Amino acid sequence: MATKKMALIATKGTLDMAYPPFILASTAAALGWDVQIFFTFYGLQLLRKSLDDIKISPLANPAMPMPVPMPVFVQMLPGMESMATMMMKNKMKSKGVASLQELRDICLESDVKFVACQMTVDLFEFKTSEFIEGIEYGGAATFMKFAGESDVCLFI
Amino acid sequence: MEFNKEFDASGLSCPLPIVKTKKALSTMTSGQVLRVISTDPGSVCDMAAFAEQTGNDLLEQGSENSKFVFYLKKA
Repeated sequence: MATKKMALIATKGTLDMAYPPFILASTAAALGWDVQIFFTFYGLQLLRKSLDDIKISPLANPAMPMPVPMPVFVQMLPGMESMATMMMKNKMKSKGVASLQELRDICLESDVKFVACQMTVDLFEFKTSEFIEGIEYGGAATFMKFAGESDVCLFI
Repeated sequence: MEFNKEFDASGLSCPLPIVKTKKALSTMTSGQVLRVISTDPGSVCDMAAFAEQTGNDLLEQGSENSKFVFYLKKA
């Protein structure tokens, strides 16, 4: 049986949206799949050396379960984002959900290939020194080469 | 059932039971049996899907002390 392939595009940099690419990639790798993730726009934040600044916001996110109902003007107050992030991380920890760092490490250990979108790296004026080692830099053509041969291809 | 190695995934959520089961299997030799314990209800379907896709044989699954138990034979 030929090795299956999965190509992902990670475009989001919030805590909730950082999970799906890392969960799918680590799982597919455990199943023996060949996996590549193309990080573009806000998804580039997931390649930073430290993932501590990845946050979740209750603002403009009416589906987020809150312990107490909170009006939008309260959600706008300084510190609310950090508080929501802390609460979410604590909840995840108590439920045995892996940290982003742990999932990313598993991906790297299991040879998931990370590709950073060169155009958005330049657009946001990121320095490659801000990102983890062992990633590649490329464009749409790089992604299409792998995606064209993939069995599963998702935009996240 | 006899087994060569045990991995306790109690308290862990998706995808850790599967990812770490794979890791545990990688230290074993073909034909050896791994016993996995999990508290994640999702792992019941996941372990079967894992076994099917990786060729490792899911010999038996059940529950003990309100935990899920799986026996996997390494391919």
